[in-house]
Amino acid sequence: MSEKITGAESLVRSLESVGVTDVFGIPGGAILPLYDPLFDSSIRHILVRHEQGAGHAAEGYAAASGRVGVCMATSGPGATNLVTPLADANMDSVPVVAITGQVPSGAIGTDAFQEADIRGITMPITKHNFLVTNPDDIPRAVTEAFHLASTGRPGPVLVDVSKDALQAETEFHWPVQMDLPGYHPVTKPHSKQVREAARMILGARQPVLYVGGGVIRAGASAALRKLADITGIPVVTTLMARGAFPDSHPQHLGMPGMHGTVAAVGALQKSDLLITLGARFDDRVTGKLSTFAPDAAVIHADIDPAEIGKNRTADVPIVGDLAEILPELVAAIEAEQAGGAEGDYEGWWVQLNRLRDTYPLGYDTYDDGTLSPQYVIQRLGLISGPESIFAAGVGQHQMWAAQFIDYEHPNTWLNSGGLGTMGYAIPAAMGAKVAMPDKTVWAVDGDGCFQMTNQELATSTINDIPIKVALINNGNLGMVRQWQTLFYNERYSNTNLESFRVPDFVKLAEAYGAYGLRCESPEQVDAAIEKAMAIDDAPVLIDFVVHKDAMVWPMVAAGTSNDDIMVAREMAPDWSGEDD
Amino acid sequence: MSRHTLSVLVEDKPGVLARVASLFSRRGFNIESLAVGPTELPEVSRMTIVVNVEGLPLEQVTKQLNKLINVLKIVELDPDASVQREIMLVKVRSDMETRSHILETAQLFRAKVVDVSQESVTIEATGKADKLQALLKVLEPFGIKELVKSGMVAVGRGPRSISDRALRSIDRPA
Repeated sequence: MSEKITGAESLVRSLESVGVTDVFGIPGGAILPLYDPLFDSSIRHILVRHEQGAGHAAEGYAAASGRVGVCMATSGPGATNLVTPLADANMDSVPVVAITGQVPSGAIGTDAFQEADIRGITMPITKHNFLVTNPDDIPRAVTEAFHLASTGRPGPVLVDVSKDALQAETEFHWPVQMDLPGYHPVTKPHSKQVREAARMILGARQPVLYVGGGVIRAGASAALRKLADITGIPVVTTLMARGAFPDSHPQHLGMPGMHGTVAAVGALQKSDLLITLGARFDDRVTGKLSTFAPDAAVIHADIDPAEIGKNRTADVPIVGDLAEILPELVAAIEAEQAGGAEGDYEGWWVQLNRLRDTYPLGYDTYDDGTLSPQYVIQRLGLISGPESIFAAGVGQHQMWAAQFIDYEHPNTWLNSGGLGTMGYAIPAAMGAKVAMPDKTVWAVDGDGCFQMTNQELATSTINDIPIKVALINNGNLGMVRQWQTLFYNERYSNTNLESFRVPDFVKLAEAYGAYGLRCESPEQVDAAIEKAMAIDDAPVLIDFVVHKDAMVWPMVAAGTSNDDIMVAREMAPDWSGEDD
Repeated sequence: MSRHTLSVLVEDKPGVLARVASLFSRRGFNIESLAVGPTELPEVSRMTIVVNVEGLPLEQVTKQLNKLINVLKIVELDPDASVQREIMLVKVRSDMETRSHILETAQLFRAKVVDVSQESVTIEATGKADKLQALLKVLEPFGIKELVKSGMVAVGRGPRSISDRALRSIDRPA
């Protein structure tokens, strides 16, 4: 198929041809030629209020559905406003494609109006990027961008197109041959390594399945479940992996890391074998690296060879797609089991069950009738249920949402894990709701985060995207305040937002055409959530005014060993179990 | 200190040098020298990178480089199994008295004199880093007015070529 059209039309056709149905963006000078044919296309373009919102919406769209999320912006400031979401997607391996307009090719390098070298700027924070100045290259660049974003280790890809390339005439050909001679992600694992892993697993006495977000990106949750079921090995799911394995499963010990459960952190520390699946030994999981899981051998399975050996040496590295690795590993273990090999983890479970029973997650309640934020989030999880999608911002509320909501399915927990981007929740929830319109989508947000991106509530109202917002309003930058409490002698430098006073979040919600509810005491919580659940004709926000001194526990202080985890202030767990 | 010479075949596309340089800088890898130029294959350039890895395995450098989409192949060249060369141009202060001394020195090192003026001699020398260093040391007393060196380029010994095996082979970890 080939005919004469403009570069802009070619770009729209290319996007349609790779299967794009929804795009988040804002037009501007350099990208205007694209917005004209976009007007007539089958693609739904959602006009956001800030390009950062477009980027996070594309991330939420992708994380909730597994499809590639797409955002668009004009040159210069439009493009630079995408930088944060692209860096975010790069850290959390989210498949996103960003299309940006660029000044005409003849003006590139002249400091033209709204010129920014967005390809140069985004080189270190994208999986790859393109600058297209020849309209004939558009279909191939789009094809390659979507292929790169969605295969191998997923990630963001930016396609910058100069205005003259959008305006010039070109021939549209589809499909086009990709030209990526240097890109060959390994998906099939070495079977020898898999067999070796199977033998190690059955020979270990204290193994743990250390599950990372890669399991979700690979769509390998069912295979993970099978692996856990046939072996009986305990499972921990990192912040990025919440939902990869059902919280209701008896082998699930919860989340490890800085705010992980004692059982999950203890399991890693005392393990003799870490079966690492799509996880990357992030500092928030390992604590002080040199004291992390000191007696454990490591099996490390990942699609990205560069993750293997980066932070922790792997004894058995397995490079490949977890969707292929896990079934092969299951088969290899079953073959060993058929030959009579059997893992013996009974003593291990005795230790772990003691930790789990002795140190369950908990929180303080307050005599003065003020709300515990953890209680709010726990009730939200129970009332809305595991079919809902929860997108969190960054901070205390994020940790509580990871701890106190039970996840049963992959892609139902969305958050900014690696980059820790405040302001992620509202646009990400919006994107998730566009991708999964039949799901209930909650943004669990803090008052600090919310004020960074709340303008997307206008987008949600106007475009009929009825997200729900549980605003955990403690009037402060809560996590920073917690660190000031613990490490800076309670000197609260610049963490009081005074958002009990300003803004009035209920009025703000109403100003955006959303419903606004307020909840200030424990007795009102269920009714408020239920009322929000019943609304589906517009976005709804509940301003949960909560106690400002609630803290996230357990906690491994930054830079210290996981062995020094505190279950509450100045309270260390008893690892030995001798006092029991 | 651990120095390694990497030969990196890359697609000859705009921005590829920036990608490689930015990767080294972002990941805290230390480049000692970098030389880039065309190869016998059209659309393929070759970078010779001398990297100083301290406190991190070379493997991490090559794995991160391999993740760049425009990088086709990476080979580490063993100094004993490869020919490694730098070119140096050095302008030495000279007068009637010292000129013959300088020319003699150049000859000893099999270096060429490429420019002569009343007050200076410019010498071109090629070789491994230590040979060039030795030459410099001898020239220093005369007074070095200007010094320029290319990055190191290197090629493996023997009949094999790093580009004749399939360019598509990406090194897999063990």
